[in-house]
Amino acid sequence: MQESMLLSKNKGIVLPGDSVDLEGLKSRNGIYKSGENEYRSEFFGVVQVGEEFVDVVSFAGTYMPRRGDKVVGKIIEIGPSMWIVDINSPYTSLLHINDCPWRVSSGDLKRFMKPGDYVYAKIMSMNEIKESWITLKDVGLRKLEGGSVISIPPPKVPRIIGKGGSMVNMIKDSTQTRIMVGQNGHIWVDGAPENISVAVEAIRLVETEAHTTGLTDRVAEFLKSRKGETVGN
Amino acid sequence: MGTESDIKLINEDGTRIDGRTAEELRPIKIETNVLNRADGSALIEWGGNKILAAVYGPREAYPKHTQDINRAIVKCKYNMAAFSVDERKRPGPDRRSIEISKVVSEALTAAIMVEKFPRAQVDVFIEVLQADAGTRIAGLTAASVAVAAAGIPMRDFVVGCTAGKVEGKIVLDLCKEEDNFGEADLPVAVMSNSGKVVLMQMDGSLSLDEFNQATEMIVRATKVINQIQRDALSAKYAASMEGGE
Repeated sequence: MQESMLLSKNKGIVLPGDSVDLEGLKSRNGIYKSGENEYRSEFFGVVQVGEEFVDVVSFAGTYMPRRGDKVVGKIIEIGPSMWIVDINSPYTSLLHINDCPWRVSSGDLKRFMKPGDYVYAKIMSMNEIKESWITLKDVGLRKLEGGSVISIPPPKVPRIIGKGGSMVNMIKDSTQTRIMVGQNGHIWVDGAPENISVAVEAIRLVETEAHTTGLTDRVAEFLKSRKGETVGN
Repeated sequence: MGTESDIKLINEDGTRIDGRTAEELRPIKIETNVLNRADGSALIEWGGNKILAAVYGPREAYPKHTQDINRAIVKCKYNMAAFSVDERKRPGPDRRSIEISKVVSEALTAAIMVEKFPRAQVDVFIEVLQADAGTRIAGLTAASVAVAAAGIPMRDFVVGCTAGKVEGKIVLDLCKEEDNFGEADLPVAVMSNSGKVVLMQMDGSLSLDEFNQATEMIVRATKVINQIQRDALSAKYAASMEGGE
């Protein structure tokens, strides 16, 4: 136990049930209270101590929908007035015709989106049994045409985005691609085929080294070394 | 259990048939993420046991009538390969493996935060490739590592060990001969930090004193086994730090 206490400081590895030293901060994700002033990890992951909160970030895991999250979803089924969307979570999500930007009459859904199409959508509401509804009625939300979708473990999404979007913007700029990162771990990449492959390689680099520090510099270096292979630069 | 035999299970010097002392574990080795399709997996080699554990989920529970609106259900399937024992085992579920699946599911349900995943299920597959006594505990120990590797939230780690009575003596971690010809077998699984018991079964009979002695031995042994579980998970992490998969 003492060992795990020591590890908890400064981004150490913890296992489920290990006590986490909050150092006077508040607990947030991946930590549960097991007694008076006793906090334990829920995951096998790393402890991240921020300015206000302490989190345990798991190395793996599924995506749990949260209201307001923007996700890349795949249409898997058509109902009379809803599309059923796979959002890479244990639960499927629903997209009602009233929440899409087109005037769709009931029963005519397949004219707009068919199974296999991808959407960039926002989670509008969710109930206590994790049923969720998504919407396309907001700025930047749309059906994704062309491009390709890759998948990464959802806990690694924050590293792909970077502080204030720094990482993803860097990849976008230097590979001349359009990228949409869903909180659920699906990433849509569009551009010239050569550019897409470099962008995907960069994303995979972030994925494998998500738990390390100084990652932005290494990705910048990687992108610089591959600059000759992209078109449009 | 209790089968008559001429085999001398405990030597004059107090060592056991495989040369171990009364409170000595067989060598244990755990490797994680051995299967690519599974969300989490582990391979355990515990003495002569070789067991694969694979975890999938949480995912939507099917058939739908098994869904619980308040929590996830843990569906465990323990299976012994036909070639895992000396005489060919008839493949498919039998009374024994259905029972083990049930008790292992219940042990894992106690550790997994099932209330976070309403309507979902977590699938745990335990495949015994080679059996050498204590497979339910070895399988559960591996399954617990696989669940952690899958990133499923858990309150605590599940770790187990067996003890038993052989020729009137309480010994830890029975091997096959001791299991077959001994007088009692007591598999116990606990949660590593809280110490709560999540699985306990007994075959044969023990007096209260013997039982207490056996459980004390088991609790001491689970500390050692838990460290092996921890090392197995962290080892993969250390390897990925160096850039390997």
